[in-house]
Amino acid sequence: MKPEQDGKAIDVQGLHKSFGALEVLRGIDFSVARGEVVCVIGPSGSGKSTLLRCVNLLEEPSAGRVTVAGTEVTDPDVDIDRVRRRIGMVFQAFNLFPHLTALENLTIAQRRVLGRGRAEAERTARAHLERVGLGDKAAAYPAQLSGGQQQRVAIARALSMDPELMLFDEPTSALDPELVGDVLAVMRSLARDGMTMLVVTHEMSFAREVADRVVFMDGGVIVEEGTPEQVVGAPRHERTRAFLARVLDPAAAEVGEADEVP
Amino acid sequence: MPLSGQLSRRQRARIFRGAQYGVLVVAVAVFALVADWHQLRTAFFDVEIAKAMFPDIITTALVNTVLYTLLGFGFGLALGLVLALMRLSSVPPYRWIAITYIEFFRGIPALLVFIALGFGVPLAFEVALDMNITVMLSLGLVGAAYMAETIRAGIQAVPKGQMEAARSLGMSHGRAMVSIVIPQAFRIVLPPLTNELILLTKDSSLVYLLGLSLTQVELANFGRDALNEHKSLTPILVAGLLYLVITVPLGQLVRRLEARTAKAR
Repeated sequence: MKPEQDGKAIDVQGLHKSFGALEVLRGIDFSVARGEVVCVIGPSGSGKSTLLRCVNLLEEPSAGRVTVAGTEVTDPDVDIDRVRRRIGMVFQAFNLFPHLTALENLTIAQRRVLGRGRAEAERTARAHLERVGLGDKAAAYPAQLSGGQQQRVAIARALSMDPELMLFDEPTSALDPELVGDVLAVMRSLARDGMTMLVVTHEMSFAREVADRVVFMDGGVIVEEGTPEQVVGAPRHERTRAFLARVLDPAAAEVGEADEVP
Repeated sequence: MPLSGQLSRRQRARIFRGAQYGVLVVAVAVFALVADWHQLRTAFFDVEIAKAMFPDIITTALVNTVLYTLLGFGFGLALGLVLALMRLSSVPPYRWIAITYIEFFRGIPALLVFIALGFGVPLAFEVALDMNITVMLSLGLVGAAYMAETIRAGIQAVPKGQMEAARSLGMSHGRAMVSIVIPQAFRIVLPPLTNELILLTKDSSLVYLLGLSLTQVELANFGRDALNEHKSLTPILVAGLLYLVITVPLGQLVRRLEARTAKAR
């Protein structure tokens, strides 16, 4: 294990990832400072979700180094379960445990992984359910909740482990439009409280308003990064401009246009 | 009568269904008329003989059938789960062992396993296994092969995101399996596992191969012994009904469990 690196929550160097012959990440260098909120945007297939999943080793990088809060997760001898406790992860498909109630979804890892007692785990769980506005849903099963409620429970589940940073993998992409707002509100409040967040998202308004930095990826590389004003407001690269034009005004696109961008 | 081309789809369906009922009614009527009811009644419905079978058929035979089945099912389920996990393991030798085991025990009749365990083991190791242990092993070894495949399918039916979410919370692979994946897998395979339990209930009749004392006899053999004694088929009918007394509620219980867990899916 290496000593803490100048307050970086995530540090990625020379990251490559291939699935068979398909090279999804082609050399990523990138870092997130403690307390920083970074949004990763880009077209589908650009590798942004894979980048996120390499941070907590849900995907094994093909080459390169990934360091999270001073621990190199790409070290073959790393205790990955230990590192993952410190990294909260929120999925596009929520992935709540359907056989457990909302409360049990929040307590199971606290009890089985952190070894907390029942009373303490439930106290923590209820506090976090309260925080995401679902204090009255503790006894509900995931199937009884709306998509937006499920995603907020999923965020509360990650928070119950007291993570040092949070990863969000397109957290609102599977939601009906009218349910997106509640989830973004929870994320905004998290950001305000100083949580380190790495967010893969298509929500440009969220990126513009909440992110300290926006990273635009395409074709497995980072094309440009900077403040939201720079990247979303005044993109320098043609690829970024073309992407943003399509995202911000989807109805204007011509048939096949998305495939032609260099 | 109009041509079929002029009938509406609904009329044709109604005529077709009416014809089906007609055939069924005629078939039942023919059987009822042709059968020799007097013979049947004396052979199958001799109340005195049926009465003579009680209470032993309940207190000994039924109890033993349930006992043998549960022993075999419990052992088979535990072994089946281990085999399913081995079958899904990333360690190749585990997979090979599991596949070989499953192919072997799925492919040979349970009858051979009973004989091998009942007579082969005492010969080979010069120990006489307890009757209940022999039954448990024989039924369980075969049942495990089927249940392993069922459980494996159930584990694979649990979405990949469940394991990822559990691992993201810091659970080890084993912990995630035990706490998250396997409980969901068992909900999925509850109906086919019940099937297996019902099959084992009937296979438990094979214990006669081991040679049974009076207190060890179970339903099928109790019925057969009574048949020989009374020269009547009534005991077979009674034994058959008692099998249904065990298996029908099982089916009902599962339907109830399925309905209860539906909201937690």
